[in-house]
Amino acid sequence: MSFRSYAIALSLICALVLQIMPLPAFVDLYRPDWVLLVLCYWTLALPHRVNVGVAFINGLILDVLLGSSLGVHSFAMCVSIYVLAANYKRLRNYSLWQQAFVIGVISAFYNLIVFWLQHLLTDVYFLFTYMWPVVSSMILWPWLFWLLRKLRRQLRIS
Amino acid sequence: MQAHECKSPNWHYCMNLNFSVGPSLQHRLALGLLLSVSLIIFDHKFNGFGTTRVYLNSLVSPLQYLANLPGELLSASATQLASHQQLLDENAQLTLQATLMSEELQRMTFLKEENNRLRRLLNSPTNVNIRKLVAELMAVDNNPYSHQIVVNKGTINGVFEGQPVLDESGVVGQIMQVSSTNSRVLLIADITHAIPVRVARNNVRLVATGSGSLDELHIQHVPHSADLQVGDLLLSSGLGKVFPEGYPVAEITSIVRDESRPFAVVRAKPIAQLDRLKYLLLLWTDEQELPEPEEIEQ
Repeated sequence: MSFRSYAIALSLICALVLQIMPLPAFVDLYRPDWVLLVLCYWTLALPHRVNVGVAFINGLILDVLLGSSLGVHSFAMCVSIYVLAANYKRLRNYSLWQQAFVIGVISAFYNLIVFWLQHLLTDVYFLFTYMWPVVSSMILWPWLFWLLRKLRRQLRIS
Repeated sequence: MQAHECKSPNWHYCMNLNFSVGPSLQHRLALGLLLSVSLIIFDHKFNGFGTTRVYLNSLVSPLQYLANLPGELLSASATQLASHQQLLDENAQLTLQATLMSEELQRMTFLKEENNRLRRLLNSPTNVNIRKLVAELMAVDNNPYSHQIVVNKGTINGVFEGQPVLDESGVVGQIMQVSSTNSRVLLIADITHAIPVRVARNNVRLVATGSGSLDELHIQHVPHSADLQVGDLLLSSGLGKVFPEGYPVAEITSIVRDESRPFAVVRAKPIAQLDRLKYLLLLWTDEQELPEPEEIEQ
C-alpha cells in the first residue's frame, strides 16, 4: 500500500538519479532525458495526478542538481509537459513508434528551450552534440513506456 | 496533486472529474512559467539565492550520493582486485617520488625563509601561509552548457564560496556553491570563468577566460605587439584576489597575429587535466598572518 502511493515519486527519484549519475564523457553525450521521459509517461497515463505542477518541481530539483540558474529547467519542463498534458487523449491513441517520434519532438523542444535560456543568461553557443539526447530519448521511450506501464498495472496506480 | 480515490471502473470519466479540481492546465502553466521567469531573474540577475542555495544543495545531496554509489562500488571492487605485485610496484614508485619531493621541500623551506627576509628588506608584504585540504571528486555535471564538478567537502570543513581549487599539476577552478557536506566547483574552462594570469617568462599580465571546451582557454585583449610565444607558461597572478599568486594555469598553444583584427587571437591549454580529475586541493590563504608594514619596520 505504502509503495503504491509513493511509486510515482520513487520512479521520479530514480529518473533524477539516472540523470545526474556520473558517466564517461563519451557516453555522457548520449544520455537520454530521464526525468522528462518519466514525467511524460505519467502525464500521458495519469494527467490528473502528474502535470505541470509536478513538472515544475522536478525542473527545479534538476536546476539545483545541475547547478544552472534556478528556473531554467523548470521553465522548459513546464512548457514541454504542458504540450503533452493538453494533448494526452490524442497521444494515447498513437502507436508506440508514433509516440516515440512525438516524444523526440518534445525532447528536442525541451533541450532547445534549455539552450535558449542558457544562451540568454551566458554566452554559450550551439553544438549539434547537444541534440544527441533527443535521439537516445526516442530510442528509449518504447522500453520505458513498457516498463512503467507494467509497474502501473501491477500496482494499480490511478 | 489531488489524490482522489476513484472507485469507478470507467476511469476516464472519473479522471475528467478530477481534472476539473484546482486551477486549469493553462493557469498552472502560466503560474509555472511566471515562477520560473521570476526565479531566473532573481537568481541570475540579482544573485539572490546566496544562502538559500546552500540549503537547497544540502537537501538534494542524498540524490548525489545515491548517483555516485555505482561508481564508488566499481572503484572499491577495483581496489579489492588489485594484485599484490601491482601494489608493491605502486608503493615503490610512490616512495621514490616522496624521497625526491622531500628533498625539494627541504630546499623550499630554506628558499621561502630567504625570500621572506628579502621581501622584508624591500618593505613588501611577505608570502602568506597557505592551508590545504584534499578533496575527492564526487560528481561531474552532465550539463553541457557549463563545466562544473562536485567535490566531497562542504561548509563543515570550512569551504567557502570563491575558494581556489587546484590539483597536483595546476589550477582547476573555484568554489561556486557550497552545501553542508559537498560543494560545487566552477572549472577554469567554463565559459563564464576568467582568471588573471601572468607569463612566467616575462610577467606580461593577461586574462584567461574559459572557452566552454575542457582543453582550451582564450586569452583575450592581447595587443599584437605583446611578447608572447607558443609554449609560454601562464601562472596565476593573484590580482583577482581569488587565486593565490604563482600557480600554473595554462600553456599557450597558438598565437594568431592577424593585423586586420583589433587583438591577437591567443589560445592556451589548461595545465590541469580537467577531464580526469580525481583528488583536488582546496586552499585557504591566511590573510590574517600577513604582517602590517608598521610591524615590519619595528
